[in-house]
Amino acid sequence: MRHLIDIQDLSTQEIEHLIDVANDIMANPDKYAEKCRRKKLATLFYEPSTRTRLSFESAMLELGGSVIGFSEAASSSAAKGESVADTARTVSCFADIIAMRHPKEGAPLVASMAASIPVINAGDGGHKHPTQTLTDLLTISRVKGRLGNMTVGLCGDLMFGRTVHSLIGALSRYEGIRFVMISPEELTIPDYVQQDIQKSNIPYRETRSLEEAMPELDVLYMTRVQRERFFNEADYIRLKDSYILTPEKLRTAKEDLAILHPLPRVNEISTAVDSDPRACYFKQVLCGKYIRMALIMMLLEVE
Amino acid sequence: MNIDSIRNGYVIDHIKAGTAMAIYNFLGLDKLDCSVAVIKNASSSKTEKKDIIKIDALIDLDLDVLGYLDPGITVNTVKEGAIIEKRKLRLPRELHGVIRCKNPRCISSVEQELPQRFRLADEEKGVYRCIYCDHKAQRE
Repeated sequence: MRHLIDIQDLSTQEIEHLIDVANDIMANPDKYAEKCRRKKLATLFYEPSTRTRLSFESAMLELGGSVIGFSEAASSSAAKGESVADTARTVSCFADIIAMRHPKEGAPLVASMAASIPVINAGDGGHKHPTQTLTDLLTISRVKGRLGNMTVGLCGDLMFGRTVHSLIGALSRYEGIRFVMISPEELTIPDYVQQDIQKSNIPYRETRSLEEAMPELDVLYMTRVQRERFFNEADYIRLKDSYILTPEKLRTAKEDLAILHPLPRVNEISTAVDSDPRACYFKQVLCGKYIRMALIMMLLEVE
Repeated sequence: MNIDSIRNGYVIDHIKAGTAMAIYNFLGLDKLDCSVAVIKNASSSKTEKKDIIKIDALIDLDLDVLGYLDPGITVNTVKEGAIIEKRKLRLPRELHGVIRCKNPRCISSVEQELPQRFRLADEEKGVYRCIYCDHKAQRE
């Protein structure tokens, strides 16, 4: 039995296989319509989510399976103080696979240690979000036609931006990758991520200016400064508008730049950018469903 | 200075000078009934000075804790007055229940009964990280 807690749980070959399967599902959806018949996905979401939860649920439904679960901690036994491990053991009796989102870092790992069915980390606090990374990789490979040999700009909250941490871990495996970290000083990448980049000898630099970095980027990965990650509201207010992408700032960008964002956005990408052909963030949402279909099949061993 | 030889027990040798009391407290040696000797600033051929702890009983000694506290330590096991084993310690790959994660965002901060587990992330620098949240352990 396999779980997906961290993107590093998957080999590069497995990631590429998932991308291939997702592309095949897009081309031949009928072939996969019954793959998970009589299988149940439990979505255990202790924290609000639109995209990730609906993406998991629609992925399972399109595979012919069904879905149970909860979308806030208040409507589960967590409100009565039940531990994550006990919830995972209980849900293992009802479902075939779990997708868990939790505000505390490491909760899906705890669930995977107790569950008797596969557990997918659907985001744990500011820590990891491996299925968003799979989504990002599928999007980049479809838009750019490759996953290596490019300069990737990561912009915004790089400290608590869990999608950024997982994406760095995944892209670091490919040749010719270079990172430009664009963030305020207070929201730079955590030391453990920095240590991993240094260990892999990946070239990277840090800057405070999006405008300065723009001309060299092949991919620009924007993130939101997340209110829910701050203990102090004043810090959030001070930092929330650090970077706002506008058509003016894109003037110096490459013509084939790919702009990604894990969404939801607040105001860090102006809506005027949406019509720019370089804006890929809504394509990214669709990719999320297909890659999750491929992942569910892999973990349920129904390919 | 004369300290009686021990018959059955341990000689914890090559402790970094000045840190024996911290190890004594961490291992809870004050709760033992047997003789325990703490020797500070003994002369050493390897380093200028060292500390030594002698325990005159074969207690259940947690070598992982000792290795974490001071990987330079040597533990000699003494039986019937003779050293039967000499173990040079090193940083353990994992630590169970030795230190607590201080990250308020970690699941182990709200679910207090979860076992505290850390893995050795960087042997050279002696860095341990929480297995749940990857937070760096703070040395006490």
